[in-house]
Amino acid sequence: MQTHSLVILALSALGLSSPSFADRGGDGNVSIIYWQAPSILNPYLTGGTKDLESSSLVVEPLGRYDNTGALVAYLAEEIPTVGNGGVSADLTSITWKLKPGLLWSDGSAVTSEDVKFSADYCLHPDMGCASLSYFAGVSSVDIVDDLTVTVNFDAPKPNPYGPFMGYTAPIIQKAQFENCMGAKAPECTDQNFYPIGTGPFVVTDFRPNDVIQMKANDHYRDPAKPAFATVTFKGGGDASAAGRSVLETGEFDYAWNLQLAPEVIANMESAGKGKAIAGFGPLVERIEMNLTDPSPELDADTRSTRKAPHPFLSDINVRKALSMAIDRPLLVEIGYGKAGKVTCDLVPAPDLYAAKNDYCVAQDIAGANALLDASGWVTGGDGIRSKDGMRLSVLYQTSTNAVRQDFQALIKEWWGQIGVETELRNLNASVFFGGDPGSPDTFQKFYADVEMYANTFSGTDPQSYLAQYLCGTEPRPESQWQGENINRFCDPAYDALYAELTKTGDLARRGEIGIALNNMLTKDSYTIVPLVHRGRVSAHANSLGGVILNTWDSELWNIADWYRIK
Amino acid sequence: MFTFAMRRLAIAIPTLLFISLIVFLLLNLAPNDPMAQVPLTVPPEVKQKMREALGLGQPLHVQYFKWLVQFFWIEPQVLIDHLFNTQFSKDDLRVISWQTRSPVMDVVVQRLPQTLWVVGMAYLVGILIALPIGIYSAYRQYSVFDQVGTFVAMIGYSVPPFFSGVAVIVLFAVQLGWLPSTYNTLHEVVSWDSFIIQLKQMVLPVMVLALQTTAQLSRFMRASVLDNLNQDYVRTARAKGLNEWTVVMVHVLRNSMIPVVTVIALNVPSIFGGAIITEQVFKVNGIGQQLILAIYANDLPTVQTLVFIFTILIIFFNLLADLIYGVLDPRIRYD
Repeated sequence: MQTHSLVILALSALGLSSPSFADRGGDGNVSIIYWQAPSILNPYLTGGTKDLESSSLVVEPLGRYDNTGALVAYLAEEIPTVGNGGVSADLTSITWKLKPGLLWSDGSAVTSEDVKFSADYCLHPDMGCASLSYFAGVSSVDIVDDLTVTVNFDAPKPNPYGPFMGYTAPIIQKAQFENCMGAKAPECTDQNFYPIGTGPFVVTDFRPNDVIQMKANDHYRDPAKPAFATVTFKGGGDASAAGRSVLETGEFDYAWNLQLAPEVIANMESAGKGKAIAGFGPLVERIEMNLTDPSPELDADTRSTRKAPHPFLSDINVRKALSMAIDRPLLVEIGYGKAGKVTCDLVPAPDLYAAKNDYCVAQDIAGANALLDASGWVTGGDGIRSKDGMRLSVLYQTSTNAVRQDFQALIKEWWGQIGVETELRNLNASVFFGGDPGSPDTFQKFYADVEMYANTFSGTDPQSYLAQYLCGTEPRPESQWQGENINRFCDPAYDALYAELTKTGDLARRGEIGIALNNMLTKDSYTIVPLVHRGRVSAHANSLGGVILNTWDSELWNIADWYRIK
Repeated sequence: MFTFAMRRLAIAIPTLLFISLIVFLLLNLAPNDPMAQVPLTVPPEVKQKMREALGLGQPLHVQYFKWLVQFFWIEPQVLIDHLFNTQFSKDDLRVISWQTRSPVMDVVVQRLPQTLWVVGMAYLVGILIALPIGIYSAYRQYSVFDQVGTFVAMIGYSVPPFFSGVAVIVLFAVQLGWLPSTYNTLHEVVSWDSFIIQLKQMVLPVMVLALQTTAQLSRFMRASVLDNLNQDYVRTARAKGLNEWTVVMVHVLRNSMIPVVTVIALNVPSIFGGAIITEQVFKVNGIGQQLILAIYANDLPTVQTLVFIFTILIIFFNLLADLIYGVLDPRIRYD
């Protein structure tokens, strides 16, 4: 009996600790499937998530965000803060120190020259750099010594972790990209397909929009990692095929972003070959209220601009009633399952900035009706409310997508119960999100009363996200209909509070201001009506260990720690 | 015949130019934006810079002219360089994809073999199955075999590949586990065993595609044989005492093949065009998948180049079919 339990103990100890004993490349091949296929491995030339995540296996930043949104040093020795002297007290510079002895996959040393070059590469005026916003406000990058660089900003930067943090702004090798600056960047096909990096893997074969083959990087800084010798990174198909190939047929080890109906995923999981995992970032599916008049009778320079306030959505009681009529728990259950949570906030995460409001959780049709009655909206003979001849008739648009059309149908029904007539419209996503100023159907032009989509911010600091709702940032004819203030919201108090946020370095105070700003847009004004806090669902095979789903950075951020469960 | 061919080729040039212009204008006038796939977290002014870097700010006629030069002048040079190791095209800007930022033709060259293998094989299999079915169905018109053949052809015609593809995956890959559901594009045939694996992964896509070809061709073959079976020369052949095999397989078949050959020839360009949906379903990295991905990503240079390559092939095979007519039927003369 005793020997038995000893053997079991020893076995389980071996089983648990096997990853730490594993040698580099001891676990063979790991296969990953992304239903959107990577087209390029240079993160500075693409905004596409599929490209950024696949390149994150090869090129690395100085620091990453972990699965809780906290900052973790990668190539840097530690994350600079005001506390450790890395960030200057006036918040205008940040000094990064590289880990000593780092090597590129070709064996040469990583130096501060490479770090400075990465910034110069992206900041080149002819480049069209996709990560330009992460370098916003950078006035210069100075080399202090071989391993130290200082990034100077032209104004105090309370969140100085834009450059060289996360998968959007990694370090690339100067020697490789030196002749690919500016307009020449897209011509460097070899460099863009086979970047030299510091990450756990090296590209051996890149077939655009199809498949990438990688092998373990011989010069990776941890001699025992990665556990896998090779990676097959397949792209293409659709989410259900990707889910099937991991959860049902077991052909792949990891499938990314399974945007599928909850019951479909549960069904696939029941085959027992793998499991679905969910992670939550700040992505929120919301209804945006148009505070301006989208009436087609107005001329092009006035329609949906701040010159013409909305005839009935300017009334906060109407906006509030529309929000109260929605049954959010039901929407989550139908549309997202474990990939969604009810939220009443624009910024639902990270914890520091999350207001955690619950005013909208319970549906209240009677309350909404009472509110509209009290504010003078009278039900007419056809069941539709009106006031001074203005009928509550709403045009509700969104992009074409099965879940969104389900939501539209349900919400139309609920709004019908409070005497609001709803006309539904859905548009092809590439047109809706395309931003073509010539098209009347973009979400920026907002030629509708309300529209639904999801938005999020990258990194863990919502400052630039909240900046979208300042006065004067709305899409309008003069700005070629570009701009992020989709609701055309404008409140001087909001602008003043935001200005305070940009000058505050203290994290606790930043959190307070962030929550106050969030409430001004949601709870206090119902300008933005949050519906669902959306997570991301991915799936991995039962035999794949070490996976920690991260929505703040690349999903494959810790692939060096993945291993095969034996 | 030679002058006819030459004249047809000469007419083809303005036709092609005209088509290229139409394709270019259609793509440019359609509401689309190559930055639509970029997440909303990328600010609009950054997107605008990225658009400019793609050359989108230029006037339409400049964009069109650039593409013409790249496609008709620089790409052929690249081909010559590739074949003869010359240096004509050094440093010239080729047709660059907006998605991958690499030359479109390189990707086409990389993907064409898979398309030719899978779609070409399906075409061949389809023809080999369809012809006997068509002949026998006509010979035994209204028999059980004919009825079943008509029914299967009807299904093949009407069931779209996005349904049949997923159906065979669920049956053979998920339920029975006999065949892989995705096409491994990295697989190389080096031994007998790897050949078997290659064969296995080709079975499902080929089956789905061949079903359609079979349905179409067997109907054509049946109709054509039926036409001929009632002709006087068939009665004459039988009156001479020839056996049924010789009557059908020699006399009737030869005459029935003329329209069927045309159909087969005119469909050859579709082999190069790939099977957009089937390739996507099985993740075969062929031309068809490249086209659909480029359309999704609003990658205009790629879409335009691919559509134009298909145009050239269609015009060429039309011409070829016309010329084959003259060979098969001496009564058709072009001079």
